[in-house]
Amino acid sequence: MKYTITLGALAALSLAGIAPSAAAQGKPAAEKHHMKPMHAMPAMKAAPDPTTADFEKFREVLEDDNPAELFEQKGKELWTMKRGPKNASLEQCDLGLGPGVVKGAYVKMPRYFADVDQVMDAERRIVYCMETLQGFKAADLAKKPFSSDSSTPDPVSLTTYVAGQSRGMKLAIPQKNPKEREAFEVGREIFHYRAGPYDFSCATCHGEDGKRIRTQVLPNLSSKSGAMAATQGWPGYRMTGGLMHTIQWRMNDCFRQQRFPEPGYVSQTITDLLTYMAVNANGQVYKGPGIKR
Amino acid sequence: MADPMKIRAQMKGDAAEIRVLMSHPMETGQRKDGAGKVIPAHFIQSVTVTVNGKTVVDGQIGTSVSRNPVFGFRVKGAKAGDKVVVSWVDNTGDKRSDETAIN
Amino acid sequence: MNIRNISLLSSAAMIALLAAFPSQAQDYRAQAVAMMKRDFHAKGMAGMDRLNEDGLQAICNRTNNKPPKGIAEQMEKDEAASLKLPADGKLMGDWKSGEKIAQAGNGMTWSDKPGAPAGGSCYNCHQIGPKETSFGTIGPSLFHFGKTRGFSPENQKYAYTKIYDSKITNLCSSMPRFGHTGTLTEQQIKDLVALLMDPSSPVNQ
Repeated sequence: MKYTITLGALAALSLAGIAPSAAAQGKPAAEKHHMKPMHAMPAMKAAPDPTTADFEKFREVLEDDNPAELFEQKGKELWTMKRGPKNASLEQCDLGLGPGVVKGAYVKMPRYFADVDQVMDAERRIVYCMETLQGFKAADLAKKPFSSDSSTPDPVSLTTYVAGQSRGMKLAIPQKNPKEREAFEVGREIFHYRAGPYDFSCATCHGEDGKRIRTQVLPNLSSKSGAMAATQGWPGYRMTGGLMHTIQWRMNDCFRQQRFPEPGYVSQTITDLLTYMAVNANGQVYKGPGIKR
Repeated sequence: MADPMKIRAQMKGDAAEIRVLMSHPMETGQRKDGAGKVIPAHFIQSVTVTVNGKTVVDGQIGTSVSRNPVFGFRVKGAKAGDKVVVSWVDNTGDKRSDETAIN
Repeated sequence: MNIRNISLLSSAAMIALLAAFPSQAQDYRAQAVAMMKRDFHAKGMAGMDRLNEDGLQAICNRTNNKPPKGIAEQMEKDEAASLKLPADGKLMGDWKSGEKIAQAGNGMTWSDKPGAPAGGSCYNCHQIGPKETSFGTIGPSLFHFGKTRGFSPENQKYAYTKIYDSKITNLCSSMPRFGHTGTLTEQQIKDLVALLMDPSSPVNQ
């Protein structure tokens, strides 16, 4: 690593932070983490194993410098910018607390929206607003809905912004409307539905405490703490590859590994599954967009 | 145009702590895409930081730094209200400059 | 690929059971399945047929993976009837290939290349060889598998059977039916058996 530093007029400049911060975010560091040998080989009890404990420490250090904030910032820009065929901003988008109210909206979704007579999760609602207010086509947004090396889709940045506006607030997913309760019940069924060539359901991996796939700890999504752990981290900046992902991506990739066909982007299936998970986490504090290995 | 940086500048004791998050792919030129084609190098080459117009950092970085990098500096002699400007230029000539005031 | 060798042999028993679990939960389940069939699309090798339950999945889904004993026994027998042991009578292959198969987690997803050999994803859930420290804990540790159980032909057959169709011994096991679904070939299963049962395999050192 080469640093040519020219000191300016302000005499004492310390570079404390440059090397550690830069390295901490770099791929080599992240890989080292993966390769770190687990101690106590036989009869490993999971949660919290040494690898995870190490990563948790690492994440605490990074929390204040989470690159997710770059996407929050980008999302805020996109929210207020006049865009799309209708040349409108999203400032009239109703996320459930009235048109334009973003603060605190994320921790109350998925929720019932009377204008569509449906329950919608955050990203689904944002895409709906992009369609109705700005004139974007849902089919176009669904073509490449997930972040890649070359691009971060707008709904990802927007969802990250909206999520950031609920930082530090308690999760309060409403269950008053019959459709909201129905979404929870249907979501629970989707969660437990075993099918496909591997006989997997979501619950096969995420229905018990303290289990791991390889070294990755699996949150038990049917429990309060597990559901929170899962809800907490999304949207999340993944250091492997340096990509910003929302929970829509997480659900999609889980179904891929479940050996199912592909769920539609921002479909009702995903909303209902998210309702089940988020209601299980109700009452706990949402810390905002996370950072993941 | 490149996406904005996120700059935080805060007085901590007698020094200002400046932290910068940059939005950049920092592509090394050594990776290949799914089709086996080399992804062209695209990385920030130089970074400058000024406080009230005075250059306090004029540095060069390269491909060893990760995507969306974070940098941190401590600057003695700065005070609340001073204007911090961070700029970078990458190997394609793209550049970005953002500013904030120390609080 | 025929992954739907539906074991509906005991369909009479199953229908009797299904009738015994009518409840509201079933309405939500029907709703959930209909919703998935509407919202999902085929991709790569993952066709929409994968959203259909086979007989075994249907029982496990309706009993929270705790089927009544009688039905479980009957259906386990049905599964056992579809077990194909190697014609040459040899149950063990090469443990070195077995280790590679145990490491590989690919196979059957929409992003996998159709026709390419699948992995066994074994380390995802099991501790196996002593050198691999990145292992999952959904399944039991298989370290010292042969050493603790004994290197008998019966245990070879048990290991082969478990990998071929884990449901023969435990109807609602979390483990996939690798042989039954055609995910792994006969040779691959033999190699995995060797990994667990060959006295010279690192698993038994």
